[in-house]
Amino acid sequence: MSVNFAHEIDERRPAGTDQVVLQVEGLKVYYATPTGDVRAVDDVTFQIREGEIVGLVGESGCGKTTTAMAILRLVQSPGRIVDGRILVDDVDIARLNERELRQIRWTKISLIPQGAMNSLNPVMRIKDQIGDAIETHEGRQPRQALKERILSLLSTVGLPSRVYKMYPHELSGGMKQRVCIAMAIALNPTLVIADEPTSALDVVVQRVVGETLLDVKNRLGVSMILIGHDMGLMAQLVDRIAVMYAGHLVELADVYSLFREPLHPYTQLLIDSIPSIKERKPLKLTEGITHDLRNPPPGCIFQLRCPHVTDKCRTVVPPLLEVAPSREVACHLYYDA
Amino acid sequence: MSQPLLQIEKVTKIYGGGFLKRGPVTVALQNLNLTIQQKPAEIITIAGESGSGKTTLANLVLGFITPTSGHIRYLGQDVAQMDKEELKKYRREVQAVFQDPYAVYNPFYRVKHVFDLAIKNFNLARNRQEARDQIEEALTVVGMRGEEVLEKYPHQLSGGQRQRIMIARAYLLKPRLIVADEPVSMVDASLRAMILDIMLRLRDEYGISFLYITHDLSTAYQIGDKIYLLYQGTVAERGDTVEVIDHPKHPYVQLLIDSIPVPDPTIRWGSRATTIDDEEMRVSVESGCRFYPRCDQRMDRCLESHPPLYQVGPGEHQAACFLYEDQPLAQVPEDNLAKERIPAAD
Repeated sequence: MSVNFAHEIDERRPAGTDQVVLQVEGLKVYYATPTGDVRAVDDVTFQIREGEIVGLVGESGCGKTTTAMAILRLVQSPGRIVDGRILVDDVDIARLNERELRQIRWTKISLIPQGAMNSLNPVMRIKDQIGDAIETHEGRQPRQALKERILSLLSTVGLPSRVYKMYPHELSGGMKQRVCIAMAIALNPTLVIADEPTSALDVVVQRVVGETLLDVKNRLGVSMILIGHDMGLMAQLVDRIAVMYAGHLVELADVYSLFREPLHPYTQLLIDSIPSIKERKPLKLTEGITHDLRNPPPGCIFQLRCPHVTDKCRTVVPPLLEVAPSREVACHLYYDA
Repeated sequence: MSQPLLQIEKVTKIYGGGFLKRGPVTVALQNLNLTIQQKPAEIITIAGESGSGKTTLANLVLGFITPTSGHIRYLGQDVAQMDKEELKKYRREVQAVFQDPYAVYNPFYRVKHVFDLAIKNFNLARNRQEARDQIEEALTVVGMRGEEVLEKYPHQLSGGQRQRIMIARAYLLKPRLIVADEPVSMVDASLRAMILDIMLRLRDEYGISFLYITHDLSTAYQIGDKIYLLYQGTVAERGDTVEVIDHPKHPYVQLLIDSIPVPDPTIRWGSRATTIDDEEMRVSVESGCRFYPRCDQRMDRCLESHPPLYQVGPGEHQAACFLYEDQPLAQVPEDNLAKERIPAAD
């Protein structure tokens, strides 16, 4: 199959610089179960460049959250990082001890976990929660300086200054989520990982939070990994998209090319299943991940659901290869013989 | 014309401001009118953001709470005045599917327990074989097989599968109306179609109507027949789903539709969206349009009284906005909406 990539370069917007802030190489995270290891993340390689937002998409159970947790070394038992390197400034996070990790977490990489807005402490004022995050890492701060810093963080995420003294229950969901964003950028990290930051929010609030994230990225030049399954939101926010399926990275491309011409059959399926408000079309029915994650089939991970499956897919694992500038795909359809 | 299946008549629900406490009141739903005809079966979407009264409406229809004023009639009979037998029939014929497919299951019981319970409570089967046949039939409707799922525990199933089992449980009772409160919002985007398709089939093949409560206009657009868009407890706009979403008239609905992320990176969100802080919500209970603080086309007129529904398009396309003041008023009891007053808090 031949693909036309002719018109793709012109529209690409300058997404950050070429400086790599995070390099993940051959990451494997397995969960131990009585009947064998579940391969939640299996040989994932990608990099994040300075000042770009990368979307990590896929259905539940595909390993996107586990990947994010592994980057911060927060994988909980029975999960474990089996193999791979996670490089930040030439330091391999996978090899650090707990004390060294503490110096990287939040100051280099921070996390907005799933449902973060519900994890704010209900009996602490917003100022104390943000202040806590700062003082834990930087030690005690002069009161006035701390206050000014918190207020400027709040204004960065577009919250009024009265939020400073408020309790979480006085805030709406969107405001709480923006407080979480403020906490994540409190120590000027180079990378923020946001796990489904808008999943429980209404469309309008979702848009406000999304715009806040974009704004923060543009103003601070911070890189972000945005985890989610809403392809519409991804199209609005991210520069590049990494598509995961059952622990494997199946496609990695800039957002314009990916939406114009999705290459991997799974990416095509994801984009086809977005409900449209432009035309009423027949629903596209698909099952979820169909194979047992403990015992993946030999060959391509997507073969059981793929409409283009061939004999080669059933035996040979397709590697993630660059088939065009800034386009990587793991599918036999696109490799030349 | 025969009796409508369900008729919601000028229903108002107020929370808070109780007998002893003089707290602030929250008007969750104000003077809502909604009719579902017996035939043909329809999917009626209730949409709006959080706090718009969607779930209050679902709870009212399901009888979990009672309206502060107004009536809910099922086949002409007021639900509040039903006797025990009639109520049981109502509870059987109006079923629910909830948002969270993880929370509705008791994790200690196998999946078949949810079916057994329903069969026992409503005496659906005389013996085990009959029960089994009925369960099997219900599962077939949602594209599953008994031997695959019945003996499993809920944690062994995916969110989409659990939600399909919940629909099968509702179907088992041969309902005429299913209240589906955000049935797909916690299911993966790529698996939602499966559940939406089941809803369509239940409507077309089994004549079951749906009250589809959602904040996601794109799924409503794909399957809905009629749509009601609520804003802070009042109907902002209603009509045929395709007509309303293609030609939204109310500024709130326009904002909602504009905020749906377009799955095309070359079309970006337009001007910035605004939301309202929680404490400013529902200050204008009695007078004026509730959308006033956020509206980009507001006029002084909007503060004087609450706008009634105006006829703004073909069919029953109506919007409650003074921008359409020169259009005829909607032919429904909503005429006196502006005049009617909410009972005082104390």
